[in-house]
Amino acid sequence: MEPRKHKSIIMERKKGVLTSLEAFGLKTYEQLNMGYFPSIEMPSRSTENIYYDPQVRQYILGDRKVRRNARNIRHIRPFTQLVWTALFSRELTSQRKTSTLRDVYYSAQAYEMKFKDQQESNNIITDLETVLGFSREDFNIFPEERSAVFGDLTIEYTVPGYEGKTLNLTSHPDGVMIGPALTSSEFVNTTADKVIAIEKGGLFTRFVEENVHKKFNAILVLTSGQAPRATRHFIRRLTRELDLPAYIFTDGDPWGMHIAMVIISGSANAAHLRELTTPDAKWSGVWATDIVNYKLPTDPLDEVDIKRLHELQRDPRYKDPLWQREIKIFLKIGRKAEQEAFSRYGLTYIVDEYLPAKLEETS
Amino acid sequence: MAKTTFEEISAADFFYRNRDLAGFTNPSRAIFAAVRELVENSLDAAESLKIPPDVYVRLSYADDAGEERNVYRLRVEDNGIGVPPRHIPSAFGQVLYGSKYNPKQQRGTFGLGGKMAILYGQITTHQPARVISSTGKSKIYMYKLMIDIQRNRPLILDRRVLINKEQWRGTIVEFSLEGDYFRAMPKILEYFKQTAMVNPYANLTFVDPKGRLYKFTRITEKMPDAPKETLPHPYGVDVELLQRLIHVTSYRSMLEFLQKHFHRIGEITAKKFLEFSIISPSKNPKKLSHREVVRLMRMMKKFKGFLPPNASCLSPLGEELLKAGVLKELQPEFVAVHQRKPSAYAGHPFIVEVAIAYGGEIPKKGSFLIHRFANRIPLLYDEASDVSTIVINSMNWRRYKVTPDMPIAIAVHICSTKIPYKTVGKEFIADRPEIRREIANALRGVARRLQRFLTRREHASRELKRLDIFSQYLPKIAKFSTQLAGKEKNPDIEKLLRSVKRFGT
Repeated sequence: MEPRKHKSIIMERKKGVLTSLEAFGLKTYEQLNMGYFPSIEMPSRSTENIYYDPQVRQYILGDRKVRRNARNIRHIRPFTQLVWTALFSRELTSQRKTSTLRDVYYSAQAYEMKFKDQQESNNIITDLETVLGFSREDFNIFPEERSAVFGDLTIEYTVPGYEGKTLNLTSHPDGVMIGPALTSSEFVNTTADKVIAIEKGGLFTRFVEENVHKKFNAILVLTSGQAPRATRHFIRRLTRELDLPAYIFTDGDPWGMHIAMVIISGSANAAHLRELTTPDAKWSGVWATDIVNYKLPTDPLDEVDIKRLHELQRDPRYKDPLWQREIKIFLKIGRKAEQEAFSRYGLTYIVDEYLPAKLEETS
Repeated sequence: MAKTTFEEISAADFFYRNRDLAGFTNPSRAIFAAVRELVENSLDAAESLKIPPDVYVRLSYADDAGEERNVYRLRVEDNGIGVPPRHIPSAFGQVLYGSKYNPKQQRGTFGLGGKMAILYGQITTHQPARVISSTGKSKIYMYKLMIDIQRNRPLILDRRVLINKEQWRGTIVEFSLEGDYFRAMPKILEYFKQTAMVNPYANLTFVDPKGRLYKFTRITEKMPDAPKETLPHPYGVDVELLQRLIHVTSYRSMLEFLQKHFHRIGEITAKKFLEFSIISPSKNPKKLSHREVVRLMRMMKKFKGFLPPNASCLSPLGEELLKAGVLKELQPEFVAVHQRKPSAYAGHPFIVEVAIAYGGEIPKKGSFLIHRFANRIPLLYDEASDVSTIVINSMNWRRYKVTPDMPIAIAVHICSTKIPYKTVGKEFIADRPEIRREIANALRGVARRLQRFLTRREHASRELKRLDIFSQYLPKIAKFSTQLAGKEKNPDIEKLLRSVKRFGT
């Protein structure tokens, strides 16, 4: 496949973030200047205001709004924290520095803006996401979780000191960490024609060793369990900007299913955000059907697993027949299997037999 | 059969044998009781002249005794009315002799306390007491006395007369006694402190055996009105009293007899009562038979038409003095005082005064600090059995937003011509429904005012906090938003800050 060059969108997006942060500052400034208590309106994130939208195939916030008004004695502190967080985010973004949620919590103290605890500071960051419609990674605030990517994709850094430098993501066999530098990179070119997301590090390493990226022309993404938001956004960018289909391999249990589902349709916690989902990604396995068809070694479903399956059965994201069918089979067989279960047929069986079959089945 | 002997014992002998009754239970209690009885006599002596009392008390080790023997010398000096010379021997050397038997409010009631102290000193040390007194005239009289216990008579060992060049007036009593000051010390000091609280017009000085000086200085010269002597109230009389009155009366008709010898009986009331009890108004009281006297007493208790005793015979401290005393000795942040209208139980008038104090120097101890007073005497023992404690503990304090962990002191003062003490030791007051009701009502009144104070204070502190939050955060919003918007000059927020200030803060 021919390498393709892609249009840069990263710098534009950063500009958009800066503009909306400054607009928020200006709005607050103007209200004060006119002699009003500043206030801000944002969509309510309470559970009653979270709906599943079948059109965009993710959770969204409804019409209900909350107003945070500095006139209100209970609002003024969080409002101040919100303005401070916006200022801090603008400084991060404009100086192209990154920080973690923990950093934010401690940085506040330098401005005599003590947060009660990490949770309070996290909540304010989520508020800022809701107000501006950007996710915290856009403000260069990252969580501690890390995942990795491996495959023939050349990226170009935009972080200070690395601007213009390129890297091919096959250059390190452990994969390249999906951190702030990578998520803010431009995609230069790729020969891959698909993305394969894998839940577990063991299988990811096996895939690299078995040259899955070459044999299947794939970019491999390790989610390390539930995919971090930066990783979900990264998978989305791979599918949108490079126009690649995505396949997700997880354990054959309700938790694995849900890892795939969150990549596809997002979570209720991120209902205020867009661009974290990859609605066209496919969950390729391990299905309950696969457990039966491949006669995989299994463990019995425990109580929590069964309870979770019943929850998922009612979840609007799961109303697609495939999901419903698999949930029913899980419940019927009462068994679950891990990805490693394929090793009973030899270490390479999963790559030689299972993977091609499933890619074909779900493409 | 054993031979039983009957003998009459004197009053002094009786109390010698039953000194527990008067509070001289053990060496620690005894020294406390001795100090207390003499101080109270001194306060009464000054108040009866309506002059602010100066009482000086010195307790020292007796000259001939080491510390381990626990023999002390007690000297109490006052600026009171003084005792006329011919009464000195009996007043200090004869039990149940005294000036305190008419119905008017006084600290002592039995004429017993001071003499009990001297008697106790005599039986523990066998030393005479020294009494020096002058009524402010040209001479000072000095007596050395002992009590002949079996005969209840004073024994005068020495008598001297001095020229009163400085026109000194007052009384000095000095005697030795056995005791245990160091165990009694907390109570004695507490006694002085509380006495100072309800006698804010008195100077009290106490020098203890270690030479430590405790001084309680008056903050006012103002004194409560002295009580007037009154006639007995018909509800409170017994047959014996009726017989005595009949014996001494010079009136020849029941109508006059009732009006002249009883409290709150005028002509109309007397007529109504006589009609009620079917006694002829013209009947000569001296002609009443023994049975008729008993019946008269019963009818007096039954008749509903007597006015309650009035309080002219009482001398409450008054709200102003009580407040001053509490402020002086407790130094609270807040105090509310309340004096109830006079009331009566069994024909004895009484007035309840209460104070509730909050904060300041009052310690938090997990329960209220209760100060009980009767006729301006602090009551320090048997707190749990006292009517005030019972009322305080049964009140629903939560209704007043008051909890026991708050620094709160409560003072209850009951004054009466007859305080219903449970013991001769005068330590706690019996639970009479009339008294209980008055205390409860008085406490409710001050508790409501404390609640208002607490509510206002809480409101003010909440308001202050509110303002503090605005003035803390608004400038920050201004600063951050200015930087965020890339502006130079911070917006003016003074007007906004002024607008959050509510009226009155």
